[in-house]
Amino acid sequence: MSTVVAGGLLLGVLAYAVFGGADFGAGFWDLTAGGADRGRAARARIDHSLAPVWEANHTWLIYCLVVFWSAFPAAFAAVMTTMYLPLGLAAFGIVLRGSGFAFRKAVLRTSQQRLGGAAFAASSVITPFFFGAVGGGIASGRVPAGGHGDPVHSWLNPMSVLTGGLAVAVCAYLAAVLLAADARREGDGPLEAWFRRRAWLAAWFSGAMALGGLVGARADAPRLFGRLFGEALPLTALSVLSGGAALLLVRRASPRVVRYLAGGAVGALVLAWGSGQYPYLLGDHTTIESAAAPQSSLATLTAVFGLAVLLVVPSLALLYVLQQRAHLEDT
Amino acid sequence: MSAVPELVRQLVTDGDPAQLLPAREQMAFTLGFHIVLVPFGVAFTFLMLVANYRGIRRGDAHALLLAERWSKVSAVLFAVGAVSGTVLSFELGLLWPGLMGRFGAAYGLPFAVEGIFFFLEAIFVAIYIYGWRRLSPWAHFWSGVPVPLSGLGGTASVVAANAWMNQPGGITLRDGRVVDVDPMGVFLNGAFWYEALHMFLAAYVVAGFVVAGVYAAGMLKGRLDRYHRLGFLISFTTAALVMPVQIFVGDVAAREVFAHEPAKFAAIEALPTTGTNVPEVLGGVLDHGQVRYGIPIPSGASILSGFSPSTRISGLDAVPAAVRPPDHLVNIVHLSFDVMVGSAFALLGLGAWFGWAWWRRRDLPASRWFLRAAMWAGAIAVVCLESGWVVTEVGRQPWTVVGLLLTRDAVTTEGNMWAFFAGAVAIYAAVGAAAVLVLRIMRRRWAAADGGGGGGDGGGGDVVGVPYGPGDESSSRTALP
Repeated sequence: MSTVVAGGLLLGVLAYAVFGGADFGAGFWDLTAGGADRGRAARARIDHSLAPVWEANHTWLIYCLVVFWSAFPAAFAAVMTTMYLPLGLAAFGIVLRGSGFAFRKAVLRTSQQRLGGAAFAASSVITPFFFGAVGGGIASGRVPAGGHGDPVHSWLNPMSVLTGGLAVAVCAYLAAVLLAADARREGDGPLEAWFRRRAWLAAWFSGAMALGGLVGARADAPRLFGRLFGEALPLTALSVLSGGAALLLVRRASPRVVRYLAGGAVGALVLAWGSGQYPYLLGDHTTIESAAAPQSSLATLTAVFGLAVLLVVPSLALLYVLQQRAHLEDT
Repeated sequence: MSAVPELVRQLVTDGDPAQLLPAREQMAFTLGFHIVLVPFGVAFTFLMLVANYRGIRRGDAHALLLAERWSKVSAVLFAVGAVSGTVLSFELGLLWPGLMGRFGAAYGLPFAVEGIFFFLEAIFVAIYIYGWRRLSPWAHFWSGVPVPLSGLGGTASVVAANAWMNQPGGITLRDGRVVDVDPMGVFLNGAFWYEALHMFLAAYVVAGFVVAGVYAAGMLKGRLDRYHRLGFLISFTTAALVMPVQIFVGDVAAREVFAHEPAKFAAIEALPTTGTNVPEVLGGVLDHGQVRYGIPIPSGASILSGFSPSTRISGLDAVPAAVRPPDHLVNIVHLSFDVMVGSAFALLGLGAWFGWAWWRRRDLPASRWFLRAAMWAGAIAVVCLESGWVVTEVGRQPWTVVGLLLTRDAVTTEGNMWAFFAGAVAIYAAVGAAAVLVLRIMRRRWAAADGGGGGGDGGGGDVVGVPYGPGDESSSRTALP
């Protein structure tokens, strides 16, 4: 039962990485799009693609938090008492990001838009970095079972910095591929090329970060390293292959296929991490089973997963279908 | 300047973790911020659908315009509420790891259910807000219906967790550890029904009066057109109709607190000693075991809580000294309760004034004083909400989970929480100010679109922009396949 719930939590992380990650990445391109005139087309595209869906995408984070604390309360407290600096800053980043985005759409003056946009874009980079760094810290066993680990070095170490950078790069890659596909669907050739170039750049950067992260893992998390090339190898390979295929096909294949490939690359990466760490929840010292809440809590959470599949998944599908068919637009 | 360290000294008891005071202040500040936004997700979206329904059913362009503009306002407020709610989730772990680590298996479950409602709310809010142009009118209307329904479910879930802290149930403890959980017992704990209903109705009171206040202000500036009247009537009537129900529920809730949370009730009444014929003291402060400066109504508290002057009420002396709230906390609870009840009755009176005029003449009260009062009703409703929330939360102290976990044991022992708190205040101040600024810009833009905002048939000038109408150039441009 605890494995089922841990799987549900991992799926939440996966969904947040794919959907929320694309949002964060879009913010990265917003930040680097250049001055108000030069970046106008890219920013308009980003606004148009994100506005209707970012809140729903963001909700996956809430889902991860509630499942984590209900299913693995002591481990949750351990992470929180160790990683309070990056997580506190990430929380602030989320406030700036969401409100900056919501406000920018509502105001007209360029200076105000710039301020809102800057808040949105800067926090879009900081927040995934912190989440990635926290993930790296957990994977490398820097969160002790009883919590109260080193508040700085648990996330400010070579491996965590690399996983943080990897998170930023992967988000940027995913967003650039999706936005290029969107731009092509709208018949905007120059913008498609603009995003495609950036997708390539982000892909190379992600690859470099991933390689660096692997070197870090070999030193800090040897068990995880071994499993990424052992039991989890199919997932690792799937991530690399579909990520590359999305890049190559972004000009030719239907945007939907490109979408699935890019999302699949990120999703497989998260699954590879999860299965690389299995059966441990924290590092290689606290197992999923030993950290789990009583059976009755886990059973309740399983029922909640069922409800989510029945209610939330179709609703999300409706939202995405409406958006992809251009039924949703600003009035 | 010496007042501040003196205050801090009073508030910090020896042996408390240094993080306790800043953590409590931060939780109070961020939750106090978030709770003002809750009514706009839960109840304002209902008002929006009322206007939308009326607009389609009766072909009422003004109602449709209201619904569309309200949806834009709720988009901004929902976004701020979503992110400030996320911070609260983080804070549960960052500030209160003792609570989540020990009781997450039970206390966390209502939040898991809330997650589903939040998801549905976020999804359908988005479909509704962005669906004005391209969905058919009724399909669009129905896409908004899940929003207030999810608001109801979400409120019930979050308040279930809060109520559980007041009357924890549904858990089996062994050596202080949760070893078994009965989810229904956790959810439907003793305080659930009245707390959830009370908060749900409060959302309608606040949203209704705040929105009505905006249109009352417009009418005071001479915008007496049908658009403003309609905006006022939909929101004010809803709030005014909910108000008496809310006071009834609040009265029931107070008796439930009397029966099941005697320490909180003693704080509400600022009652030092147990006894019968307890007076209801309006105002006043508890100072060294004596209530000073209040206006007592003889036997009032006894009659209100047990319908008889001989009703015996536990005082603070019945609370073990180690967990007895200090005077300053008792006073906060007592005065907040008075402010809540006082402001609720003021709002009830305002609603009655309106009801009388409507019954006699099918019109608003003619006096400008009515509009002036209605303009302030929103602020009063917010004060009422905040003070009621203070009663619940501060009245629980020194417990986080009554009888099971002291707040000092729930708080984190890591980090400089004053710095975290300062960061939260700075960011929330910026976000709050930006939200107000953005809403004002939107209002000014709409007033300009309505033809300068002076009298006339305001709203009439905006008919080309009315939803479901022919889209303007800019909106059809982006829809090319």
